[in-house]
Amino acid sequence: MAETTAVKETTKEPLFGKKERKLLTDPLNDNNPITVQVLGICSALAVTSLVYPSVVMAVAVTLVTAFSSLFTSLIRTMIPKQVRMIVQLVVIAALVTVVELTLRYMNYPIYKQLSVYIGLIITNCIVMGRLEAFAMANKPWRSFLDGLGNGLGYGAILIMVGVVRELFGKGSLFAGSPVEMKIIGPTAEYWINTQESVLFGWYTNNNLMVLPAAAMFVIGIIIWIQRSYNSKLVDVS
Amino acid sequence: MDFINIFIKSAFIDNMVLAYFLGMCSYLAVSKSVKTAFGLGLAVIFVLGITMPINWIINEYLLGETGIFKMDLTFLRFILFIAVIASMVQLVEMVIEKFSPGLYAALGIFLPLITVNCAILGGSLFMVSREYNFSESVAFGLGGGFGWFLAIIAIAAIREKIRYSNVPPALRGLGMAFILTGLMGIAFMSLMGIDPAALTGAK
Repeated sequence: MAETTAVKETTKEPLFGKKERKLLTDPLNDNNPITVQVLGICSALAVTSLVYPSVVMAVAVTLVTAFSSLFTSLIRTMIPKQVRMIVQLVVIAALVTVVELTLRYMNYPIYKQLSVYIGLIITNCIVMGRLEAFAMANKPWRSFLDGLGNGLGYGAILIMVGVVRELFGKGSLFAGSPVEMKIIGPTAEYWINTQESVLFGWYTNNNLMVLPAAAMFVIGIIIWIQRSYNSKLVDVS
Repeated sequence: MDFINIFIKSAFIDNMVLAYFLGMCSYLAVSKSVKTAFGLGLAVIFVLGITMPINWIINEYLLGETGIFKMDLTFLRFILFIAVIASMVQLVEMVIEKFSPGLYAALGIFLPLITVNCAILGGSLFMVSREYNFSESVAFGLGGGFGWFLAIIAIAAIREKIRYSNVPPALRGLGMAFILTGLMGIAFMSLMGIDPAALTGAK
């Protein structure tokens, strides 16, 4: 779902060359930060029990990856090699502080709900991983796109997990946000915007999905599906 | 709450990996063999145990309105905490290199990677949001580190065994590690009903 929207975004801007487009679309599937690079799992899985916090988290991480890549790339020639980790961390920490304060004043309830996980974007390995692997060696615009693409790929998985967990665990979608929907049945075709739906009235909420462990199962299954279609990702060892 | 309560609670009931998903990157990347998992686990206990009290002191005496500067500097919290953690990891690295070159060689790249282990920064941030006092934060650091250590040893042992099983090819490796972690998380949830206060009170 989220993947298609991201792909649309790239086609909207035909000024990009092929390489730039690849930077944006690669992290969505072939080089996904969560399912392939195994980066950035740390801070975010605990927030995916509902869709709305997942979306907020996805946006926050995307902003931080994109702009930290941009800024680090701008100053990359000035950073001495020995202290580069600390310089990178300071750039990231400053951006995360900006995101945190903005969120606190814009939407306090969601800020409380995400609690320490916003701060943990600093140690989200995907941010630092992209700085080390890409932004330290590439020009600012490319680095920005790489950061943006990785943030989107990360957000796509986050939102997928959020949708599955909230739909089966609570029977609703976007709970807590202005577009809150109560959906009892598990099938997407019957989504309607009413208070009490009688569709699939027999469905009982699966409390397993609310537990943090369910996030692991859902991601495990996403990896399984992705690798079944994309055989070059299969672990041969 | 006393020292032992917090230790037991943070090690088993609120396990960093299995209940909060902190430190997941290195947990998944380094859990292929028990030997390296053991070394990394020890280093995490050590770094968590040191940084937690230092960050507590910084938060209490530098950043708060009652601190040295008499103003609210909490917006500097992230930068200061991460700087403390980065420098502590650097220090630990130098000490280990000097006194135990064998362990240093065994840990290799994983030692600097502890800086970006979310469990370390997460521990400090949880300490602030739960308003622990000094001794409680020491207990939380050691207990959280011990819980992390237990979790990584357990998954490494399971992954060593499962190499001989017939797992579907697309699920092999990473996918299986995720599902196993989920199952372990559910197993650890059975400890949730335990009240550590009652345990230590009975002594």
